[in-house]
Parts: sequence; structure tokens; C-alpha cells
Amino acid sequence: MTDIQRRELDVIVIGAGGAGLRAAIEASAQGAKVGLICKSLLGKAHTVMAEGGAAAALANVRSEDNWRVHFRDTMRGGKMHNNWRMAQILAQEAPDRIIELESWGALFDRTEDGRINQRPFGGHTYARLAHVGDRTGLEMIRVLQDKGVHSGIEVFMECTVISIPTVGGGAAGALAYWRENGRFIFFSSKAVVLATGGIGKAWKITSNSWEYTGDGHALAYEAGAELIDMEFVQFHPTGMVWPPSVRGILVTEGVRGEGGVLRNSEGKRFMFDNVPDMFKGDYAESEAEADRWVTGDRVNNRRPPELLTRDVVARAILAEVQAGRGSPHGGAFLDISTKQSAEYIKKKLPSMYHQFKELAGVDITREAMEVGPTTHYVMGGVKVDAETQESTVPGLFAAGEVAGGMHGANRLGGNSLSDLLVFGRRAGAGAADFAKKNGAAPRVPDAEIEANIAEALAPFDREKGENPFEVQAALQEVMQNEAGIIREEATLKRALAGLEKLKQRAAKVGVTGNREYNPGWNTAIDLKSLLIVSEVVARSGLERTESRGAHSRLDHQASDPKQERMEIAIKKEGSEMQVVRRRQPDLPPDLKKIIEEGA
Amino acid sequence: MAQRSIGIFRGTREEWRIREFLVEVDQGMVVLDVVHRIQATQAPDLACRWNCKAGKCGSCSAEINGHPRLMCMTRMSDYPEDHPITITPMRAFPVIKDLVTNVSRGYEINQRLPFFQPREPDFPDGSWRMYQYEVERAQEFRKCIECFLCQNVCHVLRTHDKHQEFIGPAFLVRAAVYEMHPLDTADRSAYLRQEGGIGYCNITKCCTEVCPESIHITDNAIIPLKERVADRYYDPLRMLWRFFAGGK
Repeated sequence: MTDIQRRELDVIVIGAGGAGLRAAIEASAQGAKVGLICKSLLGKAHTVMAEGGAAAALANVRSEDNWRVHFRDTMRGGKMHNNWRMAQILAQEAPDRIIELESWGALFDRTEDGRINQRPFGGHTYARLAHVGDRTGLEMIRVLQDKGVHSGIEVFMECTVISIPTVGGGAAGALAYWRENGRFIFFSSKAVVLATGGIGKAWKITSNSWEYTGDGHALAYEAGAELIDMEFVQFHPTGMVWPPSVRGILVTEGVRGEGGVLRNSEGKRFMFDNVPDMFKGDYAESEAEADRWVTGDRVNNRRPPELLTRDVVARAILAEVQAGRGSPHGGAFLDISTKQSAEYIKKKLPSMYHQFKELAGVDITREAMEVGPTTHYVMGGVKVDAETQESTVPGLFAAGEVAGGMHGANRLGGNSLSDLLVFGRRAGAGAADFAKKNGAAPRVPDAEIEANIAEALAPFDREKGENPFEVQAALQEVMQNEAGIIREEATLKRALAGLEKLKQRAAKVGVTGNREYNPGWNTAIDLKSLLIVSEVVARSGLERTESRGAHSRLDHQASDPKQERMEIAIKKEGSEMQVVRRRQPDLPPDLKKIIEEGA
Repeated sequence: MAQRSIGIFRGTREEWRIREFLVEVDQGMVVLDVVHRIQATQAPDLACRWNCKAGKCGSCSAEINGHPRLMCMTRMSDYPEDHPITITPMRAFPVIKDLVTNVSRGYEINQRLPFFQPREPDFPDGSWRMYQYEVERAQEFRKCIECFLCQNVCHVLRTHDKHQEFIGPAFLVRAAVYEMHPLDTADRSAYLRQEGGIGYCNITKCCTEVCPESIHITDNAIIPLKERVADRYYDPLRMLWRFFAGGK
């Protein structure tokens, strides 16, 4: 047997963003011996990039708000495709999770009377996002990080998981390697929580970091779990577009929440012409009304149409660019300088001010930003039980972006930070409970571990092989061009054909140097996950012959009532991807009433 | 677009050299883009840390021509084309490989730093009232992205190698978050004085100068903490009281 380290734990959590940390804290609080494994250093996870805030019906700013309104907004924003039970749990539990965070030291911005302040955001009826300027995610991760390290959790940093072996169909631990020295470590555990985030690195223009290669989705798929809703990938409407090296970096929706407007090259606020029927009457119908809302009278005026859901705004910007009314570098103009004072902008949006000043030489307190859609978030993911977050594989749990169902066909801004807290906690509790009820982790045969290690090391035997960075770039090109914001049968089929060729190339990648902190090797390993998730996205997209939420088909532009609440699931059968369509359970009458009659 | 020559530290502290690379540089590129381009085309095993590429995670700290910077927030156009650029790892930390340093000491310190202890909730639902002017003081320190550039330039650590005796500016900022948190009730002065080694700081403000988040580390975090420690241990009346009462 190769020289490998071994550890035995009750629960391992893979990923140390908001969901992973929250899960680890909960499992530890329930008495489990917990290991937290992350690809980067602790505190660097993608959650730090979340800007706008965490949605919770605290009703601190608008007393009319309650969980029913939040639930209704979430379901309508998700185009009724959400797992209703998850949407209900999120809306009901988010306020408690936010107050709990405060008890662990979080310092949210305050209202005049000393309560947690809340900001308006796309698709939310009332100001609902607890926030800290435009660095809410950083605040959350630091609070959870400090709480975590003071809760006796053992952290394994810069450690990449490459497989989750199963015994008798249940998860039995995880095989990983240390990035620092390339040595392998096997974690034997009674339960495994996936909290690995998303898949945005499969596209060329993305707001996501190198870590977002879909590891958790791929690990779950390989372990036999079902992935659902993978056709729903959110393209955030506002990413930076210029200069080229910063293309895709996120511009927070908070800019629009604070009054920022979108204009085309003719100076027209085009969002007024882009209100979908479902939301007619919910948004301001004139610039004057929108302005009155921005300056404070939110009871008698409706919110600006710039605050429509992300899928709608992203498509509208794309349409302006395609009609020849885009900004010089192929985006739209986002302008807050005419709506708020320089002092206010610097106070409420400090990192946006800094980011544009440093990277683009643009002063957002005086001029407009150029923005365009960027790959941001995957609504789809591992199919989980709403109460415990357990996947279809016993002992394997998932929380946060890697889990599917919560956000339906389109996620509302602000709902992911509350998702991390609400379902991170539930996954941690679910895993700890599973560990308690089940004895020692089943033993994984050495031969299986050996085979996984051999596969991971194979690129070293091909020094003259393909360059892994080139294969990754080619994959991003395929997904950007063929499985982007607007897809159709022909492009998705081309994507599948392209991915097939890339699989051959990926099997031939070679790396030079040794195993110590070797980015070439790390990239070669990530290719496996990227290829799996890309294929799942393309296959699911092909299967959904309608447009709904973030999934826009050029050849099926309308939503098809027959496909409402139709779930597309993908699972590994032998070496094939099996695609299943099934109808989701109906909403119970009380929840249906909330949607139909208003909350 | 222009070809530029970039020197990068390769190896470990024991065995290293500056390797020169010729790279195409496009408009708007930051130093991290150039490092990535070198990885993708010339040196796939060149090690560097990065995550967000937007100045929010603090992973890509390094020294560019000897100046501590985040590589993702440093534009190539800041350096004249005929000016050579050399990138080296943060000097005050052990090198793992190339630009990647060992920052694990910081995680040990954070674990030992006395954690937040809130007062009893103000209301039965477990909530508190705090006002914006109260939270702003600690919010400044929460802007810290843990890039450790301040630790890198602190002469107590960099020149005098007091890594075991002094926790450094980044962790004094961390202590300040909780010390100045309106709800906190814990007393960290004993920790700061002994294990924290706060007395080592002689307020040269090098840390403040390099902070990419513009946190007023010395003025707003370290000096008030020093005052708390001084009040607790060196106030003459308290010293007298301790002398007669026999306390510490």
C-alpha cells in the first residue's frame, strides 16, 4: 500500500465556505468529532466574495414583511420550480440564523433604532437583506471561522478531495491529497457533508474563483447520487466587462438596490420595457416613480425595474447589446452617480468604489460603469432531503450551492447567504445524527484507494502530454459559446460533442515537476470534475425543451405549463449518464394559497 | 500589447533563483494575470496562491520589486515598460515553494486568542440593540482580508524574528474587533500583554502603510489596545491596590 496518512472522524465536511463552516459548527455542537477539509486556506472560500447581504424576513425595516412574503418571492423568483419545502424552511428559519450570527459576533449595519438594517434587492418585495456595506460575505465567513476554530473542529487546509468511496451503497469517507506536498490522506468517516460550492469555472466569463470546478457535484455523481436542475445556471446581469483581464468580476446587485440605473447607449432606461407578465404591476412604471422610491418613499411608490430578478435583467442587457445599443465594450451602463451622493456611495458600496477605481480607472461616484452578464451560480445540484440535506446516497449530505432544489429555476439575490446558514446547520445536524445512529465507518478496500491514487498520479507519467491549462481553457470556450445564457438544441449538441473530444484530451494531459504545490497537476485533477458537471449541464439543458428562469432556449422561447415542476435528474448508471424526468410533489394547499392570493 | 520581462522567485529559501520570463502583456492586466499566463504557457508548476482576483480574499500577497502588494490589485501599467519587475514571496514568512509561503502560525494564534463573549441579550428573542456609531469602530477591523502584508513588514517580525513572542498587527486587529465590539464582555489585556507581546510594537506604523483595506491599524487598533493594557497593569492607583490586596 502506498504511504498514505489515515484519519478517523465521525463527520467530515468538504468545503469551508459559509455552508461548510456552519455544518461543521453544528455537527460539533451535537457532539460529533468533525473534520473540515478545504482546497484553500481557511477564510478564503468563495463566500468572502458575496457582497449584497443575507435575505431574512426580520421585518426590521418594513414591518409588513414575514416568512410568507419571503416564501412567495422565492417561489415566484424561482419560477415555481423550487423544492417548496426548502423554500419554506429558508423563509421561516433565516431570521433566527441571522440573529444567531450576531450572537457569535457579527456586526451588521444598523437601523436608526439599533436593529439590523435591511436593504432592498432584486425580486424581494420588501427591504430584506441584512448586510455590512458591500462585504457581507467577508463578515459572515470571519464570524463562522472564528466560531468554528473555537468549537474544536479540526481543519485540514489546502487539501483536495478526489473521491468519496462507497461501501454497500453508503458513503464511507474521502480520499484527498495535500496541495503542499502532494501526499495522500484517507478520511474514514461515518457521514460526509459536501459544501463545495459551484461550477462557474466551466465558463470563460465568470465571477467565480479557481476553486469552483464542481468538485462536490462530481464527487456526488461518482458516488451514485442524483443531480437535479443542472440546466439552471445563473448568469448574473452585472459583471465587469472592461478591461479584458477583469471581465466577469462581480458588480454587486447592491448597486441597483441603492438606486443604480441601467441605460443603453441611447441613454434609455430599458428595464421599463422588460417587465415580464408575472411581475406586471409590481414595479415602478415611470422614472419619476422609481426616483421617489429611491429617495425614500417606499410605501407609496413601487421599486425600480432594475430590481427585477437576475434572469430577466441578464437577458435584457444581452438583448440591448445584440440590438446594437450596448456600451463600447459590449455591455450596458450602470450608473449610481446621478442617484446618490459621492459620500453615500463610498459608505454603502466601498469595495465597488475601490474595485472600479483600482482595476478599471473608473470613479463610480462620478461616472457610469460598464457591465454585462457573468456566470455566477448554479441553482442545480445534489438532490437532497429538505429536512436533513441527505442525498440519495446514505451518509452523504450536501448544503449550500452544491445542493439542488432550493432556488428552483432562478435564485434571488440574498437567498444564498441565508441558504448557507439555514441548510448548513441542517446538514451538520443531519450528518451528526446519522453518525450517532450508525456504528463505525465501513472499511474501504485498499485496492480501491490504490486505484484512485494511481489515476490521480497518471499525468506525471505523461510529461510530454497535453497541457492541462489548455484543455481547461478549451472547455471554458465550449461552455461559454454553446451552453451560455441562450441555448438551443444545436448548440447543446455541439457542446456534448466538444466535451467528448475534450474527454479524450483530458485523458492525455501531462504534468512536469513534482507533486509539491504544483498548479499544473492540480488543474489536471480538476478537469475530471469540470468535464462531468459540464456534460450534466448540457444534457439537462437538452432535456428541458422550454425556457424557464435562467434556462433560455432559443428554439423553445416560452415556458411550457406541462413542464412546470418537472424535475430533470441525472445519475450514473454503469459508465453512462442516465437522465430521468419526474414531476415534483405538489404544494400543499396552504402554501399554494400564499402564492395565489398573496401573503 | 507588449512583451515584458518578469523575474519570479523560484524554489525554497534554501535553494532559490530569480527566473526571468518573457510574457505578452495585454491592456489592463494585473500582475496576477501575468503570473497565470506564465503558469499556463511556460511554467505549469509555478506555485502561487490566489482565489477571488478582486482584492477580497487576501490570498495573493507577494513582494513586487520589494514592495508588499496584492498581485490581483497591482496593475502592470503602474510600472513603466522599460522598468524590470521582480516578484518574490513575502519575506517574513517561511517559503513552501516559489511565491507560496507558510502562514500557519497565524491560524495557531487565532485559535488561542480569547473569543467573543457577548453580554446577555437585550430582548427575550435573543436580540440586542446596537447603534451604527457603536458598531462602526469594530467594523473597520472586520475589513481585514487576512493578507498578512502587515505581518510581513512589521520589523518586530521581519527583522527581529519575534514570531513566538509577538502576535503581530494582523492579530492585534483581530483582538480589536472583539475588544471594541459593543456587546463583548471578555478581558483580553492579560493575553495581549503576555502571550500577545503587545509591548513589542513601537508604533512605527509600517503595518498601516501597507494595508490594502486602509485600516488604521496603529492608530485605531494597536494604540487603544496598548492603552487598555497600560490601564489594567500600569495605572499607579491600581498598582498600589494590587500591592496591598496581594493580587496580580
